[in-house]
Amino acid sequence: MNVIETERLTKRFGDFVAVDRLDFQVARGEIFGFLGANGAGKTTAMRMLCGLSVPTSGTERVAGFDIGRQTESVKKSIGYMSQKFSLYDDLTVAENFRLFGGIYGVPSREIPSRTDEMLELLDFRSEKNTFVKSLPLGWKQKLSFSIAIFHRPGVVFLDEPTGGVDPVSRRRFWELIYEASDRGITVFATTHYMDEAEYCHRASIMVDGRIEALDTPARLKQAHGAASMDEVFRNLARKATRRAD
Amino acid sequence: MERFLSFAKKELLHILRDKRTMLLLLGMPIAQIVLFGFAISTEVGNTKVAILDLARDEASRRIERDLDASRYFEVVAHLEDAAEVEPLFRRGKASLVVVFQDGFRESLLRDGSAEIQLIADATDPNTATVFLQYATSVATAYARENQPPAAAPVGIVPQVRLLYNPQLKGAYNFVPGVLGMMMLLVCAMMTSISIVRERETGTMEVLLVSPVRPIFVILAKMAPYFLLSCVNLATVLLVSVFVLDVPVAGSLPALVLVSFVYILLALALGLLISTIAATQVAAMLVSGMAFMLPVILLSGMMFPVESMPAALQWISNAIPARWYIAAVKDVMIKGLGFQSVAKELAILSGMTVFFVAVALKNFKTRLE
Amino acid sequence: MILRYLLEKEFKQIFRNRFLPRIIFAFPCVALLVFPLAANFEVRDIRLCLVDHDRSHASSRLVRKIAASGYFKLSRQAPDHRSALSSVESDESDMVLQIPPGFGRDLVGTGTSRVTISANSVDGVKGGIGSAYLSGVVAGFADEIRQEIHPEPAGAGPGRIETVPRLRFNPHLRYESMMVPALMVMLLTMICGFLPALNIVSEKEKGTIEQINVTPVGKSTFILSKLLPYWLIGLLVMSIGLVIARLVYGLVPLGSLGTIYLFACLYILAISGFGLAISNHSNTMQQAMFVMFFFVMVFNLMSGLFTPVSSMPEWAQATTRINPLSYFIEAMRCVYLKGSGFRDLQPQFLALCACALVMNGWAVLSYRKTT
Repeated sequence: MNVIETERLTKRFGDFVAVDRLDFQVARGEIFGFLGANGAGKTTAMRMLCGLSVPTSGTERVAGFDIGRQTESVKKSIGYMSQKFSLYDDLTVAENFRLFGGIYGVPSREIPSRTDEMLELLDFRSEKNTFVKSLPLGWKQKLSFSIAIFHRPGVVFLDEPTGGVDPVSRRRFWELIYEASDRGITVFATTHYMDEAEYCHRASIMVDGRIEALDTPARLKQAHGAASMDEVFRNLARKATRRAD
Repeated sequence: MERFLSFAKKELLHILRDKRTMLLLLGMPIAQIVLFGFAISTEVGNTKVAILDLARDEASRRIERDLDASRYFEVVAHLEDAAEVEPLFRRGKASLVVVFQDGFRESLLRDGSAEIQLIADATDPNTATVFLQYATSVATAYARENQPPAAAPVGIVPQVRLLYNPQLKGAYNFVPGVLGMMMLLVCAMMTSISIVRERETGTMEVLLVSPVRPIFVILAKMAPYFLLSCVNLATVLLVSVFVLDVPVAGSLPALVLVSFVYILLALALGLLISTIAATQVAAMLVSGMAFMLPVILLSGMMFPVESMPAALQWISNAIPARWYIAAVKDVMIKGLGFQSVAKELAILSGMTVFFVAVALKNFKTRLE
Repeated sequence: MILRYLLEKEFKQIFRNRFLPRIIFAFPCVALLVFPLAANFEVRDIRLCLVDHDRSHASSRLVRKIAASGYFKLSRQAPDHRSALSSVESDESDMVLQIPPGFGRDLVGTGTSRVTISANSVDGVKGGIGSAYLSGVVAGFADEIRQEIHPEPAGAGPGRIETVPRLRFNPHLRYESMMVPALMVMLLTMICGFLPALNIVSEKEKGTIEQINVTPVGKSTFILSKLLPYWLIGLLVMSIGLVIARLVYGLVPLGSLGTIYLFACLYILAISGFGLAISNHSNTMQQAMFVMFFFVMVFNLMSGLFTPVSSMPEWAQATTRINPLSYFIEAMRCVYLKGSGFRDLQPQFLALCACALVMNGWAVLSYRKTT
């Protein structure tokens, strides 16, 4: 069963076609890597899938809902972690859990126990009452991720979740992603780290607003006769005419 | 120098690109001036009057007509009963009730004098004072007209000359005030916010590691606001001269000179605020609370400084806008020249030097 | 209830802010203590420069009468008109009274005489009222002389009309009585207008709004969660204002407190809704700040706060009908000084209801969860 389906999904800003007729499907429980150079249109596409941006044309269905018509229903069943840290830094860790749990309709009796469970998972218990602004970056990102999955959504969208984080923390972060996937959460993630692309079940590579390749990492490497995803990526990205900004 | 210019150009582009803010910065002074000039008037007119005429004779009706004909009054209601007065006031339907007692004309003829009761809503004391005076003069005028010429009256004719502003236009008082406030808003508030914003977003560090000396970075940030203020000065003057008929009666060079000093002072204040405030909100609050409010309240822009208690008058001496506004009034409205504003010019220059020194000292310590 | 969680968050954020709680408490106190002292159009202690060319018994009597009136302070005696004018130019005097030679002689002989009053009218209020006061004193003096020369014979045909003024609601003509209730309105405007205007746009600048926009939270719920805290803060500010008015200025509303709070509730909703709408339309805090500053200034000036609405031209009076400030200020003054009740103020009440509805409808509609 497909959790994400798009058909000719397009976004124009004036004359500029940021996202050009995307067609792809993501199956339930899959970890889907959404790769591309800066300015290739990844974030724009992801924002459309989350209902943050309205497509110029095309259809998109997420978790069984048509985003154009049932935007608010879609939002109940997705989680989103933006590229820029966007939790309330003047609230504590627990307060952020409480706020977003509450907004997503997690029953108020369950919020404390789920919070503890999450903190346990992140190995974070000591920071329960720490103000978010005083956390180091790597921890902030783990927190963002756990808030995105706190209400147990069907799909979670991660926009460059490991940007600016050291390799050890990145490794640990992907363990979290696998744990989520094991629990049936579909993960849709953009990244610039090609070693991370290797962890995905399937990956797509966007060039100039279009998906140029989409398959499992193994088959992508095979098709391009490449030893690593990094090589595949460089092969494709070379074709780009659009200047990254 | 070339680097300086390219920095200044970058700043100017930043400002020009934000169309909405630009529009506000250039449009606000014009809107203010026009509002002050056309809409806000301190002259008392069109006071709503209700008549309680228990006399219903020729004299009472005549005075009523005179009142209605005067541009100061507008008869809005006729009452039958004294009990109607109170609810009328409570609903704010009239500000003055004129009561003629029964037999008004008779007593005027028989006793040589008669009474009119003027019940005034004195909520606003100045307005009440003025419209009571007007109403009294309407009544007196009627009495004088009907005086037999034989009884030569004893009177003193006061010849009133309203100097500088014979039509009592509000604009004469407000134009200098608007100038004083706008410069501060554009220079002090905008510069401080924009410097603090660069620090908040981290772009300031990029500029500071460049080979340009830090002080030039700051000067380049200020240059566009200086330009913008000059544009504002020009538009305000043009609008007041050509639209509001508020002339520049005195020396234009003196006016421009004192304005330049004031703009520099405002820029120095902006720099000073930026060295104190850590965030944009803080910069806004500091410049809003510590500068704008005192200017609006204590500088004589709206409220006469002389009517304030001594302590506030004393504080107002420390407010640069007070001296600027006084100087602009002297030159622009009273038509005086350089000598008359020498004192203000000296005070403003002194303040400018002081603020620049403090701001630079703070700025250096912040860099280290 | 999603609203509960959002409200919790708003309150925590407000009270954890370094500045806001202090401003919410300190600003009303400082403003109500300083504003009424400064925002004073009361005209008194007018500095009068005297040019007495007559130096007669009559002229010195007139001068004594002027000094005794209480409005004037003799600042200078000038030998001629020119030096008197220069004392106005240098701001030593506000007005000049010139008594011509032969003033006393003419007054007794021919019965008429003249004086010249020159008033500095750069400030129109002061010039106008000052010269009116002085003319009044001079006319009173003329009356006195007349009484002395021709004691009024009874029944001598049409004569004088005596006007008997009764000053209602503010018999001692205290300026504070009028300003303090209106200043409370201005306070609410500043606090409940500016803070919401900066609120949503600050979430935009920080990026936190994005995390909210991907949630299923409803637009009106979100706006309501931003509105309610300022509603409570506004009522708190109002209460501080009422207490200060009572303790410092001895002002107690003649009408009911209930009416005041009812109007305050509506007004805060209207002005906060307006602030939120501005915030929704702005991209940076700087923008929001300027737009708000502009509107608050226009609202204040055009509301009758400082100058009477009735003396504005028609078109300007028309704008006061869409200005929530003018309704609330009128209501506050009526309740405080005249004891007006809810039934007297129904039109203002309905108008404020309409303002609140429009502003908040606009705030909800202008909040966009998508781009």
